[in-house]
Amino acid sequence: MSKLNEITIDKEIDARGSFCPGPLMELIRGIKTLPVGGVLVVLSSDPGSAKDIPAWIQKARHEFIGAFPEQGYTRFVARKTH
Amino acid sequence: MPQHIMIVGGGVGGTIVANLLARHLEPQDAKVTLIESTGKHAYMPGWLYLPFNHEGLESDQIIRDERGLLNRHVQHIRGTVTGIDTQNRELRVHYSPGFDEIAGTGGAVEATYSYDYLVLATGARLAPEDLGGLSEANGAGGWHHFYSAEAALQLRQALQSFEGGRIVITVGGIPYRCPPAPLEFTFLLDEWLAKHDLRSKTEIQYLFPLPRVFPIESVAEAVTPLLDERHIGYTVFFNTESVDTEKKIISSLEGEEIPYDLLVLVPPHRGARVIEDAGLGDEQGWISTDRNTLEVKGQQGVYALGDATDLPVSKSGSAAHFEAKVVAARILAKIRGEELKADEGTYDGEVMCFLETGYNKATQLVFNYEHPPRPPRPSLYYHMEKQLFNRAYWHIVPQGLV
Repeated sequence: MSKLNEITIDKEIDARGSFCPGPLMELIRGIKTLPVGGVLVVLSSDPGSAKDIPAWIQKARHEFIGAFPEQGYTRFVARKTH
Repeated sequence: MPQHIMIVGGGVGGTIVANLLARHLEPQDAKVTLIESTGKHAYMPGWLYLPFNHEGLESDQIIRDERGLLNRHVQHIRGTVTGIDTQNRELRVHYSPGFDEIAGTGGAVEATYSYDYLVLATGARLAPEDLGGLSEANGAGGWHHFYSAEAALQLRQALQSFEGGRIVITVGGIPYRCPPAPLEFTFLLDEWLAKHDLRSKTEIQYLFPLPRVFPIESVAEAVTPLLDERHIGYTVFFNTESVDTEKKIISSLEGEEIPYDLLVLVPPHRGARVIEDAGLGDEQGWISTDRNTLEVKGQQGVYALGDATDLPVSKSGSAAHFEAKVVAARILAKIRGEELKADEGTYDGEVMCFLETGYNKATQLVFNYEHPPRPPRPSLYYHMEKQLFNRAYWHIVPQGLV
């Protein structure tokens, strides 16, 4: 897993506390609006994101850079590949 | 000199802010102006039912005059905001046809207004052109939706001439207003088809972008058995990429293609054009907004609420309703030079909404930034509560009484 401080972040979405539409919706929306190659960070406090976010990124064939735990939430980092 | 508060948008959020401020401020202390372009106030949740009922476009359950919902001290301008200058605290307004005569502007069709406080309740607009294949008007190539009263009536007509086949229901982009609506539509459609002896001739397919049928896991768990029970097919991980309205095929960015006879697809949404033009929005035109204070980031005395914001809450009248009280409390405290009370002035992500599951049953979702919803089992009780709310709305919500 890469170190977070070595990556240039293009967009960060604070989806902490989002249940509906939820952090994964925010991530999909963020990916759609990024240019190819762009890196997106989504902050989520939803435990379900640990399963949902990597699953969607794999299905959509983007790159999952990693999940970085913080106090009370996790930073999910992804790169748009196509 | 009275302070001037200008509110842009006559939906649920803008109307409540205007009414609360006008009720709590004396005209010598503040002038409250609401600008919107149509003169009408739409109850958008009513559109969901239009394909299945007999209400007309002018039904007073769907649409009413905005003026009649506003406190008499609110100055109501019918016009389109063509420019927002936050540096000089000015709005440029182009009057709607006929407004210049009513207001006696001496023939002027444009004006510039100065404000002390600005509230952006500019909502969302439909942007079908954002999705490949959807540039033509709805109705063409079997594509329909229910995100305007007119479109919902066209969908009613399409259903009335429908004789069987495959109906596909999905969303064309993220975010969209009222996340439960496509699922609710699916349940109501299943019931309608059964009542019209068409269910056995129809395959219903519900497609959703996430790994489950609804964003919230507990809700998905509650409604998935209902889909199974009613033989409604569903495909998850389906993010619509394009629609071929000639061949009647919908494709996902995950690489699936699904043919349809009738497509009910919620068009992609964007923020208002004026927000994009004023440089106040992100790539989709949503306003960068503080999740607790509802102040527009990087601005002073400018607030945003409802569908117009980039907050990670559902774009819904319910969110706008809760947010409107926060915006009004903050502006009131500033004008009066008072401290905010502990229980007001902060938005905690509150949303309260219903999810219709067909056959006169519904469930209810209540949540905020801290607490996820725990939906009760669908029942007649919540369906009746929703039906009652649909009627009571006009008398209690825009006025800011609840």
